[in-house]
Amino acid sequence: MIISEQWLRTWVNPDVSVEVLSHKLTMMGLEVDSISPAAESFSGVVVGEIISADPHPDADKLRVCNVNIGDETVQIVCGAPNARAGLVAPLAKVGAVLPGGFKIKQAKLRGVESQGMLCAAAELTISDDNEGLMELPSDAPIGLDIREYLALDDQLIELGLTPNRADCLSVRGVARDLSVAFDERLCEIETPAVDAAVTDELPISVEATAKCPRYLGRVIKNVDLSRPTPRYMRDRLERAGLRSIDAAVDVTNYVLLELGQPLHAFDLDQLTGGIVVRDCREGEVLTLLDGTEQVLQQGTLVIADHEKPLAMAGIMGGSGSGVTSTTSNLFLESAFFAPQLMAGRAREYGLHTDASHRYERGVDSQLQRQAMERATQLFLDVVGGEPGPVSEVHSESDLPINEAVLLRASQIEAVLGVPIESAEVERILIGLGFWVVGHDQGWLCTAPSWRFDMGLEVDLIEEIARVIGYDAIPARRIVGALNPIPVPETRRLMRQAKNELVARGYFEAVTFSFVAPELQASFDPDISPIALKNPISTDLAVMRTSLLPGLLKAVSHNASRQQSRIRLFETGLIFLPRDSGTEQISMLGAVVSGLRDAEGWSSEKVAADFYDLKGAVEGLLANLGDRLAFQPGVFPGLHDGQSASISVDGQVVGRIGTVHPAVCKAMGLPGNTAVAELLQSAVTQVAMPAYADISKYPETRRDLALIVDESVPSGDVLSVVEDSAGRLLTKLDLFDVYQGPGLEEGTKSLAIGLTFQDQSRTLDETEVSSAINQVLDSLREKLAIELRS
Amino acid sequence: MEALENIKVEASAAIDAAQDSNALEELRVSFLGKKGALTALLKGLGQLSADERPKAGAEINAVKQQLNDRLNARRESLEANALATQLAAEAIDVTLPGRRAESGALHPITRTIQRMEVFFGAMGFDVVEGPEIEDDYHNFEALNIPAHHPARAMHDTFYVDDSHVLRTHTSGVQVRTMETQEPPIRIICPGRVYRCDSDLTHSPMFHQVEGLLIDKTSNFGHLKGLLEDFLHAFFERDDLSVRLRPSYFPFTEPSAEVDIQCVKCSGEGCRVCSHTGWIEVLGCGMVNPKVLQMSGIDPDVYRGFAFGMGVERLSMLRYGIGDLRLNFDNDLRFLAQFM
Repeated sequence: MIISEQWLRTWVNPDVSVEVLSHKLTMMGLEVDSISPAAESFSGVVVGEIISADPHPDADKLRVCNVNIGDETVQIVCGAPNARAGLVAPLAKVGAVLPGGFKIKQAKLRGVESQGMLCAAAELTISDDNEGLMELPSDAPIGLDIREYLALDDQLIELGLTPNRADCLSVRGVARDLSVAFDERLCEIETPAVDAAVTDELPISVEATAKCPRYLGRVIKNVDLSRPTPRYMRDRLERAGLRSIDAAVDVTNYVLLELGQPLHAFDLDQLTGGIVVRDCREGEVLTLLDGTEQVLQQGTLVIADHEKPLAMAGIMGGSGSGVTSTTSNLFLESAFFAPQLMAGRAREYGLHTDASHRYERGVDSQLQRQAMERATQLFLDVVGGEPGPVSEVHSESDLPINEAVLLRASQIEAVLGVPIESAEVERILIGLGFWVVGHDQGWLCTAPSWRFDMGLEVDLIEEIARVIGYDAIPARRIVGALNPIPVPETRRLMRQAKNELVARGYFEAVTFSFVAPELQASFDPDISPIALKNPISTDLAVMRTSLLPGLLKAVSHNASRQQSRIRLFETGLIFLPRDSGTEQISMLGAVVSGLRDAEGWSSEKVAADFYDLKGAVEGLLANLGDRLAFQPGVFPGLHDGQSASISVDGQVVGRIGTVHPAVCKAMGLPGNTAVAELLQSAVTQVAMPAYADISKYPETRRDLALIVDESVPSGDVLSVVEDSAGRLLTKLDLFDVYQGPGLEEGTKSLAIGLTFQDQSRTLDETEVSSAINQVLDSLREKLAIELRS
Repeated sequence: MEALENIKVEASAAIDAAQDSNALEELRVSFLGKKGALTALLKGLGQLSADERPKAGAEINAVKQQLNDRLNARRESLEANALATQLAAEAIDVTLPGRRAESGALHPITRTIQRMEVFFGAMGFDVVEGPEIEDDYHNFEALNIPAHHPARAMHDTFYVDDSHVLRTHTSGVQVRTMETQEPPIRIICPGRVYRCDSDLTHSPMFHQVEGLLIDKTSNFGHLKGLLEDFLHAFFERDDLSVRLRPSYFPFTEPSAEVDIQCVKCSGEGCRVCSHTGWIEVLGCGMVNPKVLQMSGIDPDVYRGFAFGMGVERLSMLRYGIGDLRLNFDNDLRFLAQFM
């Protein structure tokens, strides 16, 4: 909502600058988004009248004009096509400074002296009109400074109003708040009832009284819509951002801005029978003023006559019944529609109008008659005519009632933390229009009919707070008991896990929770993901069932930007559809791609692979020891031979693998990209340390080189060793894997180191040898593994 | 004893001229060894008279001692030289970068959330999380935003189905906490939130940290003090101006928006603050009694306040990040700046 400062000051005029005024508005909850001048600064421009306009002797398109500017007549050379004798237009005198700092000097144009410049509206930044000289009314006082004549020293105050302050969608509403804030008198306009000059009345019947508790109508006959809208009214409308259209529309818009009451003027001669306010009938069609044809949806309230719908109530009028330039008899409507029943209606049609904006938020239910009288008076002033009597239909029981609310003096201090003087409480509430009655605990307050958000005591407290200003409330520090916060040692925060990954060179990514369905399907083809009803775009249409698609998109982004080493991780929810609803699970995902090490003088340029990522996962879960296991597995989107499930205590908690070459190709990823995804719950559980005494006796180590069929997983070999080595085995290392020359085709060599130790004595040679023999026997028996000879 | 003097002169010269430890050893053997020249002289003492013998013996031993010392000194000096030569040869380029495991970094959003968690954690607030697909009741109804409430229009909501939305704020977590926990309550709720809006300054997904305090005595002044303290701590500037101005949220009453003096221009007016000198960073207010009541907390006994802030906004102000979308591109050149 944009308000002209000058207009506002006709209602309330505190002796402060526009900046102070605006600051006060902002600090009382009516946020000022901007203050801008009605016209940019310029000086030395006056109202001039062209006395004569003769052709220039040496230029076809120029004219030599004599212009009367009151105390003198000046000669101006002018190229505007509408420069003609008798035209009144703005003239920039010699010495004038136009917007942008352009100085007007005495000049010769093609040999003829010119003592100034006649101006177009655009040259003065009054409007965009640059089609010739700005044409002023013939009665404009010659010689008067144009800024004064057009009241250009005005500021446009743009307010960003919150939805609860519909009462401030008018000059009067804003002025009312300011009058209380500055303790200045509010200058109400006089709106005496206009006597009927004719007896014409249109019958009104309201069927939908809940939606339309009050409807007023009035006939105005014999108006002359060819008469122009007065300058002040046009200026105020235009400065509020409304286009001046014709006198009928302008008057209704003017009252809308002034008092906040939407009005509608019908062409009386297009109406048949009378007015009916009713719900629309099925299949009814209405062509609106904006030219669109709307099939009315059930529940839409219409203003109809005895034959057809005329207007979408409170939203927009119809084109067939609207006022046109040939209209001579008006029917003027001033109605109250119930906000809760209007809410959302306009949006169903993709519409949002000044009227619907106000009705949805709440128009003062007691305002209709005053607005009707005000509009009638303005019509008579502007376009003449003979008014009929006001017809009113209302349903008392459907009109909103504000109940009295008890405001306890003690609660004001309890909520705000600062006491407020009784007299100040009363001044504020009465000034804002409340009916205030004393009570032994404070006051009984009834909100005015223009407020819809005053049902609770705290609502009243906020009114007081915003008028005294939040700055006046002293800041304090919170107090409270210091409660113990137990921290189980078997849980860690994701924060710690994240820091570990960071220390291992991983960067945290944050990707969108919604992804492209195709991308999702390459990893979870069997899950039909949760789709958004109104996605922002097709590639952000479904909720992710895995963190991998988002991470891989991030890899692709970086790979295409010359990043040679990419390590990313992300934490967040995935969304799995279940019969019982959506399961939302916290996951951790990680990816490696590109080089293993950052390029450097001592690092080899080797591509990272599955084992780099696996090492990171093992590092994160190291504390779980033997409880962690990796089993070969096949997963969509991952390389069939380079993927594994991750399990803890036999429960699968995630997956890890090299990305499938086809997916790499489709997404533009480096071929060696590996991903892992696991439950956060697996990462945040940690084992309690289980202390064991450190042996005082020496340890004995034996290394074995084993020839193993290449299809046998090393994990199987190690578990056989572990199971068969006996209780003296304290450590088992796989320290070499070899495949190639010197070995039979299809085999690999594994080198393992076994460390034996006892708590109570030094081991002797035979014990160790016997353990080794047991290991070798088991390997031979279970996996057909022999020692490398 | 001319011979003794000759040996002394000859040996001294030889020791001084020796260039390595082998040469020194040879000299030691040839002069001081069992078959050495001095040893031979000592053996010859027997031919002297008993009167002459002690004196001559003492002289020979003195020379022997001198030569020994001279040998040792020469050896030490040669060793020191050799070590110096070795060290010189082993010099490395200490300006070469060290061999390190390159570390990564937390996302600035996480970094910012963690800073908030640390501040509010120290003030006794627990961190609570909740679902991101939220039911209509917890996202709207329980917060005093019934269907068709104009405030719903402020929340460009993503719908999952007729009764579920992507949460438009983390307030649902607060509701769930109030439903299950007896006051006093002090929590913050960080997390992802969603609005159906995407342009230069709006992302369809962003992060919020919301806070809730419910007890019997807290008032608007406490809310103001807590947020002022937080903003001063967050920007590490005690002189940062903070202002609260009235606003409207259905779930709080009175409600306020919190502005800070522009951190870029210090309030002079610039592009970051739209030339107002102020930047809006927070919304807050005293919890609406209706909201307490709906969650089963008696508003006649308890009171409280709530606040919510956009993590990206605060993070971008803190680090001077100009483009919101950088937060979600996951470009390593961006992420690596937050090591």
